[in-house]
Amino acid sequence: MTHIVLALGFLLVCIGFWGLMTRKEVFRLIISFSLLDTGVHVIMVGIGYVRTGTAPIFDEALAVAGAVGKVVDPVPSALVLTAIVIGLAVTALMLSFAIRLHASRGSLAVDDMKELKW
Amino acid sequence: MSQLMLVLFGLLMLVGAVAALYLKDTVSAILAAGSVSLVASLVYLLLGAPDVAMTEAAIGSALTTVVFLFSWARIQHRPQPSKNPQSEESDSNPDDQEDHQL
Amino acid sequence: MMKRLIIILALAAIALGFFPLAMRISGDSGLTALATHYVEAGADELGAANLVTSVVVSYRGLDTLGEVMVLFTATTGVTALLGAGKSKSHKKEKESERDGDGRREGSELLATGAAFLFPILVLFGIYIFLNGHLTPGGGFQGGVVLASAFLLLLFSDCRLELNHALLKGAEAISGAAYVAVGLLGLWLAGGFLDPRFLPAGEFGQLFSAGAIPIIYILIGIKVGSELTGIVDAMRRCS
Repeated sequence: MTHIVLALGFLLVCIGFWGLMTRKEVFRLIISFSLLDTGVHVIMVGIGYVRTGTAPIFDEALAVAGAVGKVVDPVPSALVLTAIVIGLAVTALMLSFAIRLHASRGSLAVDDMKELKW
Repeated sequence: MSQLMLVLFGLLMLVGAVAALYLKDTVSAILAAGSVSLVASLVYLLLGAPDVAMTEAAIGSALTTVVFLFSWARIQHRPQPSKNPQSEESDSNPDDQEDHQL
Repeated sequence: MMKRLIIILALAAIALGFFPLAMRISGDSGLTALATHYVEAGADELGAANLVTSVVVSYRGLDTLGEVMVLFTATTGVTALLGAGKSKSHKKEKESERDGDGRREGSELLATGAAFLFPILVLFGIYIFLNGHLTPGGGFQGGVVLASAFLLLLFSDCRLELNHALLKGAEAISGAAYVAVGLLGLWLAGGFLDPRFLPAGEFGQLFSAGAIPIIYILIGIKVGSELTGIVDAMRRCS
């Protein structure tokens, strides 16, 4: 099961990377970036998975004693939790750059931006 | 059983991701990218991370999609810049006549 | 063609870096030593039933503080890029839209539904971040639910102006209080962001786990007000 998840995350990263390299419009680049982001999150959660593991939350069904081996790793979950929120904020920042770019150029095509091309 | 579901969800995510890159209509592409996040939250649930699943469902599929749509609407409805009128809006927006429902 | 070849080569290089990593990991390898310690001793040390919350708020608390910082910086960037000069062009757009075809108003159904759902959504968000140490959820998720409640209001009435002073105040006070609680932990307990300066209480009850609920409430308010600020700055509305 872990390998399926890792393969899925890797393919998502590949698709996002492919989009970043081949698409010609700033908006699509941002969409590709968010796909890449999702792929990395899937990989991280997949790394923390333990076979037949359940969520690391103690209640009547899961006693503290003997919980090792029954729960998944809480550390990747915690990291991904915050990373998703940061991902939204960074995406919003990129989108507002795109809006300003469109306001000053009237275009979002990468080919129109030649200042740094050599 | 859960392995089968995982494979199914994975295929859905991959199809959605490719669609997000190659659909002509940008609004459809945004919705496809949002659907990838929505299915990702189901995957997290299968992997025993309900906290992450909640976050992904609320942020990835709801707020990110809305932020994308807001900014696309702003880009679409922007009047032409008055500074350099010779740089016309080129064919970077193939779906200009598209009716925006935002 | 050459370009595609280079991209495919780059993807192959990523795959080469990735596969040794993937080979080492399998579901059978179990928890790492650090995670084993968290699972065995986390409930006794901090008294929170949800281990992910213990990790986010306390064990990796400094990390979370840094992430909240990143969120704050990104929000500032969005507001600086989109908010500046908004009021002037705003009025112009408003007038041009009034006589032009303009946007559609939110429908009656949406307005009624939003007015009905808004308090429930706010209550739900508060519930999520109050129970973050007991059930799945916490400050980040609750904050997002709060932000989506305000988003619903903005959808239903596009001319609505949010109280920016209140948003800014809530964000600033909760951020400062978060650091202050962390410093209290440094002073009264083991270290920065140590929640054990309050009594641990009974395991599994609402008032337990020391200062973890307080920190998560502050994070919830901060994330909620920041995301509301982002959505408010991004919306395109007369």
